[in-house]
Amino acid sequence: MRQTAIQMVHELAKRDSRVVFLGSDLGPGILEAMRLEFPERYFMEGVSEANFVGMSAGLAMEGFIPYLNTIAPFFTRRAFEQIAVDLCLHHLPVRMLSSGGGLVYAPLGPTHLAIEDMAAMRALPNMTVVAVCDAPEMRRLMEQSLTWPDPMYIRLAKGGDPVVSDPARGFTIGKGILVREPGTVLFVSTGVMLGQVIQAADLLAESNTRCGILHMHTIKPLDTDLLSEVAAEVSLVVTVEEGIRAGGLGSAVLEALSEGTNMPRVLRIGLPDEFPHEYGSQDTMFDTYGLKGPQIAKSVSSELASNSRSIKLTA
Amino acid sequence: MNVAVAKATPPLDARSLHLRRLVVKALEGGGRGHIGSSLSPLEIVRVLFDDIMRYRPKEPNWPDRDRFILSKGHGCLALYVMLADKGFFPEAELATFCKRDSILGGHPEHGKVPGVEASTGALGHGLPIAVGMALAARMQHKDHRVFCVMGDGETNEGSVWEAALCAGKHKLSNLVAIVDYNKVQSYGPTKVVLDMEPFLDKWRAFNFAAIDVDGHDVGELRRLFKNLPLDPAKPAAIICHTVKGKGLPFAEGKAEWHHKSKVTERDVMAMYDALGGR
Repeated sequence: MRQTAIQMVHELAKRDSRVVFLGSDLGPGILEAMRLEFPERYFMEGVSEANFVGMSAGLAMEGFIPYLNTIAPFFTRRAFEQIAVDLCLHHLPVRMLSSGGGLVYAPLGPTHLAIEDMAAMRALPNMTVVAVCDAPEMRRLMEQSLTWPDPMYIRLAKGGDPVVSDPARGFTIGKGILVREPGTVLFVSTGVMLGQVIQAADLLAESNTRCGILHMHTIKPLDTDLLSEVAAEVSLVVTVEEGIRAGGLGSAVLEALSEGTNMPRVLRIGLPDEFPHEYGSQDTMFDTYGLKGPQIAKSVSSELASNSRSIKLTA
Repeated sequence: MNVAVAKATPPLDARSLHLRRLVVKALEGGGRGHIGSSLSPLEIVRVLFDDIMRYRPKEPNWPDRDRFILSKGHGCLALYVMLADKGFFPEAELATFCKRDSILGGHPEHGKVPGVEASTGALGHGLPIAVGMALAARMQHKDHRVFCVMGDGETNEGSVWEAALCAGKHKLSNLVAIVDYNKVQSYGPTKVVLDMEPFLDKWRAFNFAAIDVDGHDVGELRRLFKNLPLDPAKPAAIICHTVKGKGLPFAEGKAEWHHKSKVTERDVMAMYDALGGR
């Protein structure tokens, strides 16, 4: 997914002379082909994220479309004020390609984990927050990013993530994708959690619990129309995200549903209010926090069982 | 310090006094404001707008204009009076300063105030933006320049020095970083809060061509700015020795006059008196 995103910057640069790439001391050789073809639009700056974001604002004010890449928390934690003031307040088309979304950098420890990134970015006016599920969907997102008017926070996954998207379902920034029609349960997930949720839904189907799946690649602006429509008939909405529960996708879904008249029960699956305290891999951290497909299925089963008196099972 | 700044500052001339009276007009309307911080950069802003920069007040987004960023956004009254004086907006607007529906807030906002290139107020943001603008000008083969005025306290911010490193690396000779060195920040003297000396050496170490000047000497400022770039392969840093609250003897050099959340009628009278009347 990261490779796709980065390569797409070069493709977009070929098509549009406003596209520039800025990296903050990335690995050697990154986007070398673009550096050779468009050296004047390729910037590898130092370990200085505040300046890197601010200078991208200056470039965007002059008509360029900057695509930035660094590690996610170095954007969201280090340069938060620059993102808020320079990008969002000025409403500039700067795209932050944020490497290591969620738990990707598990072995590197909590300084490198992006656990509250979506919550923090979602709180900013004018910001668009996107987490696609696989490389082909990243390609579709990048195609549309060229003309999107707002600053964008684009969360990148590990790479080599299983392909679970389907081009036939289309892709539009700001529009959710209904992957599976809702039954008793509606899963709402974002990013690579879609793969785990599909597994969970398949497992639950074996026990006759029919689950819909709504893939919310865009967390902000949230497709509240589609959410309200598909959540209307379900007994349980389950949000699944690779980030802390406070302020992220689950919060966004709760906020949207609470404004409706018939609010279903909502189970939010995500990370607790803590800094992860172990290393390992993204996959082992999924296991620790119950984000693997079978664990998600189990959580949903427990929820349905514990609320069987209040939830009308229709499956 | 060079010889130019060792001599006594010439007295404020009629134009400088007029611009200061406009500042008081805004303070009177708003009942508050950063007073000392707006008076120290006034001659810098005046000379840039009167003699150095190219711009079109009725076409504030004219692509070939020189860019001016007041990174020390709290000194906005200096910019507001200059923009009003040049006709970017009616002078009467100054009296609405900080009022509910005014375009003139306590920090300048792009999109609201014609002539304001960037919304500033959070310190340390202007120079990185200016670096991006200067790079853009080079990439677009344009010959306009980017002027960025910072406060001395503002240069405590790490982002200023990140941007300085970047500007030096890219040899942005179309970028002019100007420091309003009034030597008093919010709490007190810069020497006490965080001494930036040796200031010129710092900028030079970051690959700027740096020089200092008396920031209230209109003739010296004009001569210096007309000789830009200082070095055709480097960005310029102009350290302007100024006096916080310049023109108001009772406020000069006093941290208490950095910002007043309440400007009384008495304060207004005293300010007009010091400036030779309304």
